[in-house]
Amino acid sequence: MNTLIILSVLGVITLFAEIFRFRKGLFPLILIGLAAAFTFTVMDYNNPQVYFGMMNFDNYAVVFSSAILVIAFLWFMMAQNYFLQETSVTDHFALILFSLVGAVVMVSFNNLTMLFLGIEILSVSVYVLAASDKSNVLSNESGFKYFLMGSFATGFLLFGITLIYGVTGSFDLTTIHQHISTGNQTGMALAGVLLLLVGLSFKSSLAPFHFWAPDVYEGAPTTITTYMATVVKMAAFAAFFRLFSTCFAEIAGHWTQVLWWMVIITLFIGNVSAVRQKSLKRMLAYSSVAHAGYIAIAIVSMSATSASAIFYYTLTYSISSITAFTILFIVSRHKNSKDISAFEGISKANPLVSFAMTVAMLSLAGIPPTAGFFAKYFIFFTAIHSGYTLLVLIAIVAALIGIYYYFRVIIAMYFKPEQQLVPIKVGILHRIVLIITTILTILLGIFPDLIMGWL
Amino acid sequence: MPTITLLILTFAAAFIALFMPIRYGNRFAFASSLVIFAYSVYLFITFPISPDYQNVVDYPWIESLGIHFKVGMDGISILMVMLTTFLTPLIIFSVRKSEPRPRAFYSLLLFMEMALIGVFVSMDGFMFYIFWEIALIPIYFICLLWGGKDRVKITLKFFIYTLTGSLFMLVGLIYLYLHTSGQHSFDIQSLYAAGKSLDAQHQCILFWFFFLAFGIKMPIFPLHTWQPDTYTEAPAQGTMMLSGIMLKMGIYGLIRWMIPMLPLGFSQNSQYAMWLAVIGVIYAGIIAFTQKDMKRLLAYSSISHVGLIAAGIFAFNAQGLQGSIIQMLSHGINVVGLFFVVDIIQSRTGTRDLGSLGGIRLKAPYLATVFAIIMLGAVALPLTDGFPGEFLLISGVFKFDNIMGAIAGLTIIIGAVYMLRAYQRSMLGETSTWTDSFSDITMAEKTVLIPIVIMVIVIGVCPNLFLRVSEPAIMKLLSGM
Repeated sequence: MNTLIILSVLGVITLFAEIFRFRKGLFPLILIGLAAAFTFTVMDYNNPQVYFGMMNFDNYAVVFSSAILVIAFLWFMMAQNYFLQETSVTDHFALILFSLVGAVVMVSFNNLTMLFLGIEILSVSVYVLAASDKSNVLSNESGFKYFLMGSFATGFLLFGITLIYGVTGSFDLTTIHQHISTGNQTGMALAGVLLLLVGLSFKSSLAPFHFWAPDVYEGAPTTITTYMATVVKMAAFAAFFRLFSTCFAEIAGHWTQVLWWMVIITLFIGNVSAVRQKSLKRMLAYSSVAHAGYIAIAIVSMSATSASAIFYYTLTYSISSITAFTILFIVSRHKNSKDISAFEGISKANPLVSFAMTVAMLSLAGIPPTAGFFAKYFIFFTAIHSGYTLLVLIAIVAALIGIYYYFRVIIAMYFKPEQQLVPIKVGILHRIVLIITTILTILLGIFPDLIMGWL
Repeated sequence: MPTITLLILTFAAAFIALFMPIRYGNRFAFASSLVIFAYSVYLFITFPISPDYQNVVDYPWIESLGIHFKVGMDGISILMVMLTTFLTPLIIFSVRKSEPRPRAFYSLLLFMEMALIGVFVSMDGFMFYIFWEIALIPIYFICLLWGGKDRVKITLKFFIYTLTGSLFMLVGLIYLYLHTSGQHSFDIQSLYAAGKSLDAQHQCILFWFFFLAFGIKMPIFPLHTWQPDTYTEAPAQGTMMLSGIMLKMGIYGLIRWMIPMLPLGFSQNSQYAMWLAVIGVIYAGIIAFTQKDMKRLLAYSSISHVGLIAAGIFAFNAQGLQGSIIQMLSHGINVVGLFFVVDIIQSRTGTRDLGSLGGIRLKAPYLATVFAIIMLGAVALPLTDGFPGEFLLISGVFKFDNIMGAIAGLTIIIGAVYMLRAYQRSMLGETSTWTDSFSDITMAEKTVLIPIVIMVIVIGVCPNLFLRVSEPAIMKLLSGM
């Protein structure tokens, strides 16, 4: 609860900063605020608290909230430049902080109304942010598309909630669980579950509800795309799993069949489409769809280790994504192009940037000893544990396709002849972000126990 | 502790080599790899003749998943480690001064050495997998950065090919892990027990999962299609690493992991696998005979030789297994020597085409002699290193099945034909415009070739020096089935 309060207050302060000419000190203040929120969150570990049956800050919520705060912290360091130079910084920072409030609600809800509120708080902020590059048509299109599609998804979600309410007479997760597990599995309940599944799949960009993702990711400013690929994705999956594991685990047989097929479609659409992309940003967008497929395997498995598998995967994926997007941001700024060809031959003049990018790509592709390998390993492990060996074999084929396009970036950097030998300027904050994320990627790859034991 | 020291030494050397001043880079990499070799020789000399693992260390690594950092060496491992540490200094020394980015090159070679040693000493299934995969990264970059014209496509094909096999192996390992009793563990003994407790049908399926990983790495027909292209396009040092040491990972994996884990699956499927191996021996031998490019010829000859080694393992008797061990050593030594000779020829003349070469013996008698000795080792002349291995292998296969033994035995003839042909076309006859100004080998090149020649003779004359070390472990393996 402290986390929510700190974040909300921080958001309000940020809004007022414009009036009180406090823009200079704002950025450090936000970082301090996030660190404080993180500290308070971590202090709640092993101290579960339920607030009026609405919010349940159990360990699951604490762990995901703190991960979201860490990612947000890195994100602010990465995005500071962009907002200071190009837009009105206060509005956008406030929006991000409010959306973080939504994200924290999404991982800690104990009531369907809170789930809905969390998703809306998060989404509405991100709709606006996606369109924040006002003069850019693509950004406007992205925001509008995201808004329209997102509203649809919300409709499905609401409809599902309504049907579940109709069957059980309650929004409370525990009550719903009792009703469902004691045999109240009417067609209406199942329809409700299915609609919830559709709504949440929309938010977490699982095929066939992924169509918004590539366009929105590509059109939005790179920093916002990063935010969507990391924090939003993490919150969406945390909410997804929290809802389905607490309420609908007993009737898993009904909905996992659907999700099983969705996973396969997602894996292949994501990976195969990414292969053909010229633009790195669009490639990362499709790869983000593909990664959603891997994460969803853990939801299909519904085993005791699913939660930690999802946590590890979303966290490491977010860390590597931040590296990749930061470098994309730097390089596209320098070369005025977001294509993979912009990376050709940059390795000679920029060895460290290329090294960081290589580690990120290896991690996204799932090659040891990077964290991405363990992420995939835990997912596969969970799935085989629950008897989904065939699904794992299919996912492996998809992962092999993934290697192809991630390696294209590495090949471009190291193999193609250099176009210009001028080193690309990397700001101090970006430098820090890159160092932190790269070290984390390798460190978590060698010692996954550092964070695995928390859940 | 010595096992870990070996790993740490190599890793430290790889790391420091990256930041050495370019002037000292070569000397440092060579010296450090020599130190590592000396250390492993010390371990070899003090190694007791015993079927048990020596120098075992066991630290918890990922406690929650039963993954331990557990390394140790038995008679088979120490020989493989010796092979690695013996060849790496030679490979490092063979790097030409004119290569671009020398520091990264040395660092990657040393890093690769670490991963290979790791593969050979792992006593935890998960660690084995990690090292197995890590070995792929340096070789990928070596081929990508210093390779030939078509390297981008071909190295990517190689990478995806081998990764496919590895991921199947990973699924197999996880499956076995979930069947370990009590607290799940990746420990080698628990995995053995888990595999043995499965019924025949499951073991058969898992057998092919593992076969895919190891068969691609070796490679066994029909999984070999990545190999000739990769060997041809990789830089000489990459090819030496790949053919000399890396493919031994696959054979080692068969002996160490697959057979003891899945005895039923193995005994039911070994005849099919044996057929594949024997077909590969003949098929690759015949193709090697028609090659014009020397590197490609050696690549196919390597498939043929490895096929015979695999056949010896699938025969699963004392002769076959011991033969495969000694042949792994001698094949590694021979093939590195041969690829280096080809590299010398190519750097002098700019071509590897057998049609354009000839008469090198007249210009470079020293090279011709060295080439002849190594070549005779490769065709398994008695008193050279190829002979004891091939003899044991063929007699092992013959014991398993007469007909297959007879077919596999043809390799002696086919191998002699293509090797002698290559020698004749390149060394004998009149000089061509390409070889007119051929100069004999330099001191640096001698430094690489002479140890190889010595080893060719040493293994040929007294193979028992090495066979006695691996014998207890092999006997234990045979009696454990």
